[in-house]
Amino acid sequence: MFNALRKGFGLTFKSMFRPSSTTEYPDTRRDTAPRFHGRHVLNRWPDGLEKCVGCELCAWACPADAIFVRGEDNTPQARFSPGERYGADYQINYLRCIFCGLCIEACPTRALTMTNEYELSADKREDFIFTKEMLLAPLPEGAKPPPHTDDEVEARGMTYYQGHAAQDPLRHWQADLAAPEEHGDPVTTDLLDDPRPGGGQG
Amino acid sequence: MGLEAKLPNGILLTSVEKFVNWGRAGSMWPATFGLACCAIEMMSTGGSHYDLARFGQEVFRASPRQADLMIVAGRVSQKMAPVVRNLYDQMPEPKWVLSMGVCASSGGMFNNYAIVQGVDHVVPVDMYVPGCPPRPEMLMDGILKLQDKVKSEQFVERPKPGESMEDFRRRTGWIDPDPSVEGVAAAQFAPRSGTRSGRRDTPSGAEPGPSQER
Repeated sequence: MFNALRKGFGLTFKSMFRPSSTTEYPDTRRDTAPRFHGRHVLNRWPDGLEKCVGCELCAWACPADAIFVRGEDNTPQARFSPGERYGADYQINYLRCIFCGLCIEACPTRALTMTNEYELSADKREDFIFTKEMLLAPLPEGAKPPPHTDDEVEARGMTYYQGHAAQDPLRHWQADLAAPEEHGDPVTTDLLDDPRPGGGQG
Repeated sequence: MGLEAKLPNGILLTSVEKFVNWGRAGSMWPATFGLACCAIEMMSTGGSHYDLARFGQEVFRASPRQADLMIVAGRVSQKMAPVVRNLYDQMPEPKWVLSMGVCASSGGMFNNYAIVQGVDHVVPVDMYVPGCPPRPEMLMDGILKLQDKVKSEQFVERPKPGESMEDFRRRTGWIDPDPSVEGVAAAQFAPRSGTRSGRRDTPSGAEPGPSQER
C-alpha cells in the first residue's frame, strides 16, 4: 500500500518540475499562423491611393452578408483609386463576419486582405461595425491622403496593377467622353491581345 | 447590497466596491455549457495550453446554480432559446453573460428561421466575442475585458420585488419621466424599416445600396 502511495504522489511531485506548456496569454502571445484570418485591412498603393475600386465583389462573396460597400465614380478632380470607381463607403460587421476569407479571394485588386489581429471583443454591438476609416491601412510614408487629381497621378508615372490593367486605369473615362458612339466594348478587345502568359483567359 | 440606499456617497462604499468587485472578477466561475463548435475552443481554453484557471475560472460548473458566468458558445436555435433563458434564470446574482462567437452574438452566417439572431434577444449580454469560432486567445481577451468591466462596476439600486423595469428606471432617473422623450428613445431601438426584415444589419444609417437588391 505504501508503495502505491509513494508512486502516486511521486508522480504528482515530479510533474511540478516539468516544464509547463501554458502560454501566459496577455503577457506572451503565441504567434498566429502566417496566413491567419484576422481583422481585415483595406490596402493602399504606395502613393496613397486606395486599392479598393468599389466593385462590391467582397460583399457578394460574403456568406454572412457582413460587408457593405457603396462604390462611387472617381472624377478627374477627386481620384481615390486608380480604377473607374472607388469604395465610398465600406463597412464590415464583425458580429457577422466568420473570417472565412472568401472576400479576400474575391477581391480583384488585393485591396482587402486580413491581418493577424484578433482581439476584437467589446461590450457594445455598435463597436463591431468597422467603418472605412478604421479598416484603411495607414498612409505610406510621404504619401498624400486621397483624393488626388488626375494630373497629380499622371505626373507621378506609377504603374498600377503591375502593368496588367487591360486599359489605362486613369484616362478611359475621357475616351468614353470623346467617342460615346464607339462605346462598344473596348475592354474586351483589349483583353484579346493580352500580353500576359495565357492571356485573355482571366 | 442595500447599503448604498441608506448612505450618502462616500469613501467607504468606493473601497467596498473595489474589494467586492475584485473578488467577483477574480473568481468568476463559468457554466459548462456548449451549444456548438465554439464549445470546442472553450474547452481548449480551459486546457493546459491556455489554462483559464490563471484568471480564477478553473472550474466549469456543471450546474447553473454554482456558476457566475454564462459563456454562450455557439448558435442558439429557436428551440434552445427558452432553455438558455431558463439556465440564466437559475444562475444566482451577480451573473454575467459572454456571447462567444458570431453565431451567439448576432446569428452569424446562419441568417435563417431556425437560429436566434443574437443571444441578446434572450439574455442580457455583457461581452461579445466575435470569431468563428474565436481562438482561445480571443475568448480570454473577452474574459479579461469582462473582468475589467466587472472591476469598475458600481453598486446600483435594483428594482424592488414586483416593480417593473420601466417603473424602476423612472424612479431612479435612468429614463426621463417625460413620455415624449421616451418615445424618441424607443424609436431609436425599433427595427429600421426599408431593409428587408433587418437582414443586413451592417449599414448604420446608410442608404440601401445596390448590393441589397440581389
